[in-house]
Amino acid sequence: MEAVQQHILNVLEADAAIRDTRLLILPGDTVPAKSQDTQLVIQGALNSLLSKDMVSYTIQEEITHVLTAEGTQIAKEGSHEARVWAALPVKGDGTPLSKKDLQTIVGDDAAKVGQGRAFKNGWIGKDGDGLVKLITTIDDITQRELQEIESTGALKAGDKALAELRKRKLAVQKKFLWFTVHKGANFSTALEKLETDLTVEMLASGAWKTASYKKYNFDAEGAPTNGGALHPLLKVREEFRNIFLEMGFTEMPTSNFVESGFWNFDALFVPQQHPARDLQDTFYLSDPSTSLDPPSDLYEKVSTIHTVGGYGSTGYRAPFSKAESTKLLLRTHTTARSANLLYQIANQPGGFRPTKMFSIDRVFRNETMDATHLAEFHQVEGVVADRSLTLGDLIGFMQTFFSKMGIKDLRFKPAYNPYTEPSLEIFAFHPALNKWVEIGNSGMFRPEMLEPLGLPKDVRVHGWGLSLERPTMIRYGINNIRTLVGHKVSIESVEKSAAVRF
Amino acid sequence: MPTVSVDKEDLYERLGHQYTTEAFDQLCFDYGLELDEDTTEEVNEAIKRGLPTERSQLKIEIPANRYDLLCIEGIARALRIFLKKDTPPDYKLVLPSGGEERLLTVTVSPEVAQIRPYFAGAILRNIKFTQRSYASFIDLQDKLHQNLARRRTLVAIGTHDLDTLRPPFRYQAQPPKDIKFIPLNKNTANTAEELMTLYEADRHLSRYLPIIKESPVYPIIYDSCDQVLSMPPIINSEHSKITLNTRNVFIDTTATDETKLAIVINMIALIFSEYCEEPFTVEPVRVVYPNGVTTITPSISPRSTTAHKSYINACTGLNLSSSEICTLLQRMSLLARASPNSDDELLLQIPPTRPDILHECDIMEDAAIAYGFNNLPKTFPSTNTVAQPLAISKLSDLVRVEWAMAGWIEVLPLILCSHEENFEWMERVDDGTQAVKIANPKTLEFQVVRTSLVPGLLKTIRENRSHALPIRVFETSDVVFKDKSLERQARNVRHAAAVWCNKTAGFEIVHGLLNRIMQMLEIPRIPAGDKSMETGYYLLETDDPTFFPGRAATIYYRAPAVKGASTPTNIKHHSRSASASDTKIGVLGILHPSVLQNFEIGYPCSALEFTLEPFKKEINTVWTAQR
Repeated sequence: MEAVQQHILNVLEADAAIRDTRLLILPGDTVPAKSQDTQLVIQGALNSLLSKDMVSYTIQEEITHVLTAEGTQIAKEGSHEARVWAALPVKGDGTPLSKKDLQTIVGDDAAKVGQGRAFKNGWIGKDGDGLVKLITTIDDITQRELQEIESTGALKAGDKALAELRKRKLAVQKKFLWFTVHKGANFSTALEKLETDLTVEMLASGAWKTASYKKYNFDAEGAPTNGGALHPLLKVREEFRNIFLEMGFTEMPTSNFVESGFWNFDALFVPQQHPARDLQDTFYLSDPSTSLDPPSDLYEKVSTIHTVGGYGSTGYRAPFSKAESTKLLLRTHTTARSANLLYQIANQPGGFRPTKMFSIDRVFRNETMDATHLAEFHQVEGVVADRSLTLGDLIGFMQTFFSKMGIKDLRFKPAYNPYTEPSLEIFAFHPALNKWVEIGNSGMFRPEMLEPLGLPKDVRVHGWGLSLERPTMIRYGINNIRTLVGHKVSIESVEKSAAVRF
Repeated sequence: MPTVSVDKEDLYERLGHQYTTEAFDQLCFDYGLELDEDTTEEVNEAIKRGLPTERSQLKIEIPANRYDLLCIEGIARALRIFLKKDTPPDYKLVLPSGGEERLLTVTVSPEVAQIRPYFAGAILRNIKFTQRSYASFIDLQDKLHQNLARRRTLVAIGTHDLDTLRPPFRYQAQPPKDIKFIPLNKNTANTAEELMTLYEADRHLSRYLPIIKESPVYPIIYDSCDQVLSMPPIINSEHSKITLNTRNVFIDTTATDETKLAIVINMIALIFSEYCEEPFTVEPVRVVYPNGVTTITPSISPRSTTAHKSYINACTGLNLSSSEICTLLQRMSLLARASPNSDDELLLQIPPTRPDILHECDIMEDAAIAYGFNNLPKTFPSTNTVAQPLAISKLSDLVRVEWAMAGWIEVLPLILCSHEENFEWMERVDDGTQAVKIANPKTLEFQVVRTSLVPGLLKTIRENRSHALPIRVFETSDVVFKDKSLERQARNVRHAAAVWCNKTAGFEIVHGLLNRIMQMLEIPRIPAGDKSMETGYYLLETDDPTFFPGRAATIYYRAPAVKGASTPTNIKHHSRSASASDTKIGVLGILHPSVLQNFEIGYPCSALEFTLEPFKKEINTVWTAQR
């Protein structure tokens, strides 16, 4: 490389300029640097010199032709028609060759294409069932032209002939780069060794004062860092936690994946015949399969509200069994925990006090998995319990909560949920999709759920929930949940996932 | 949520307005329905290409408790009332000419108590079906069967051409070999026993066979000439089947749940009573139970209840007058009027088609829907609280950040895994005391809740073969252990785990990672044999088939003594053994080659896993519900 650079400087010193780098004969070579590969070597050397302002150069572009694989073969062995002609005996001198034998000699493709052209050129003719030469010498123009292109990259016969060869897929156009070089501001024939970095030795010796430095390429990537990385879903979790904490929420202890039918459903006023309790939707446990009894006074109240009603409700007036209540399962929502905490709050020393609580933790659904659903996901849940809360409070609160994530355009759709009344589905306008998309659920817990837990009648409780995965998939533009959660996630994608800044 | 497909042209005609898709979507949204799909474009495209096609359909999702909206008749009626184009219908029971004496009677036999004890019936007189209303009638039965009736287990419906039958009827239960009739859409008579075998191959009916299959007696309904009407919940008889020309329909419903029985008979009879010559009338049926109790079904009288202006206003944040509320409720089909006795009280008549109204809160919600959720004043709750993160979350985050700063990558494998991954592949034996097992997983991937984080990390490494070495991954998350002392028989434990994978196993790497986190948690390392230090951690070599022999250690932790307890004795032992009061908190080591082979990992790995629970710092409680 340095030899090339030195050679360029020497030529420039002698000739003041290099009009065409294709005429250079590089050190160690005997012929001019005509190939594209050598021109690229020259460009590398020129760039080095350019970085020191020792030369300047302009790029010249030329359209040339190169042969395809088939073209190269013809340049070497002759055109198909010439090979067909060559294989045949002269008319009257020897047995005419059958088409089948011709195929065996020159190959199927050459026989097929070559025969037609050879006939057209008047080179060959039929003799009985076989083929023979009609003339004794031929001029294989195709081969000649291709050989010319192979050596010069061009064809004297002109563009029309070239176009024909391109059409026959024997030659293709190619861009060819060469250069014109002039002296630069710092031109010198002395090629100085440049320092790439400042070193401790240079500091000690003082050499840094006189050394020349290689230009730094500010367009290149820096060296990769070697720190670790946090998982993108859990980075979004952190943002959600921060929003809750900023708004004065207490984090709920949710460290219990295993729940009983009682806490997961009954206490939430989900009827024992509800479809969510099907084997199709909920993971039940085989070992252990049965919970200890829930607090007996509470169980009594909950079973009463289901079977005969109370607290101003007709209840479901449906069968209710202890066996269903004590079935163990993997919680289908963290609301199971919220119910338990509301029970504790209602019965704490000194009685009920207003509270705001949140949790972000895993829940489990025995669902068929697809691109957006896994059997486990994170539920984000918020609960506000206070006297005299209103539905307007819930809606206003949701506006504030979601605006902290940059979501401002919300609307609310009446919905059904066994333990909230009213129930509101939260829709947000998604500018990229240009439509309203459901982003969460909310509601006021039913008195049939709250009053058996021991909460005073005038205490109203807002609850809302959303999945953590969905906003994360939107944030990172992920379509398949398996590329976000689970062991199939690429470690590299974790390393590269950007920070979350709502 | 159930989705109902309705004929678009018919619906818009019933609503008396041609909606754009957007406008109808908005109407649905306001009422609490969801327009899933409008097939018009599809249909037009098919017509353009000359392909056969059905009429344009609107696919509408309805709330799961609004059984009255499971068909076009119900949706159109509810929306017309919501749009103030109609008032709620006044459903009436009409006795047959000749009065109560002439009521159709169904006598219930004592044996049905063992299989399907409840019966209700109703008659629709002088009904006129069209092709589409007939299809809707059949479809509503199917929807009710699937949803409210829990796939016919709780309630089953049969409909009959009454003019082919001779009342009175008998509802009884018989051994299957004694039942014989020609079932619907067949032309030979079979015994119930034969039918149960025959229908095993029927994709539709086979689902319902288990409901009665094992019972010694099957439910069966006869007329006075021993003609079978139906064998609930499986099949009706061919003899009494309804057609487009049927004028008088007898509806039988049988159930194991009395409440849902009443709902189902009301829905099916009342909604389709609009096609009777005298709309909204139903002829009742007398049901005589074995104990002599007689009921008249259906029981369609509205339920009287009260609501309070103060409650509705307090919940919604509005300040409406009684008459304003009554107008709102009327739009939701609830008849309400101010009580003459109290300014606050409203008297309501809940129609028999609205069994979803259980409590005053349901009435409040209907008022809010009619007012418009999106028209409510937006306020902010004045609840004043102090934020409080959980101790375990803070600790977990500390470990995550420290390890990430140390150059490790956090990954997130699943919590559910196969039994093999959790035990056999780790060369661990399931002694039955640890892992929680799932009874009904859809795939073998989810048999147990993990008791260790390491299998998930190893699976992650397996799937990341193309990643440059070394691979360093970690996770801090929950595992679950059985715990007989707790109500839920199990407890979560927060673990931290890391696996290093490279061309050399690197025990010292995961060892260093442990040292680092202990340093950050200010837990000192206890030198060999020391019994005097008050707190700290140390490693003891261990035999563990998960790990390579001689390259595995147990991590012990000595918790600081609780104040007031006896101080540790200051005696140095030379033997390497754990003090009785120190607890095992985890393990680390080079993974055994057989474990690597099980997880299909071709490079040596070292793993570290321990519980974070002892290091949880009690946060000064501002307020928390934790006991």
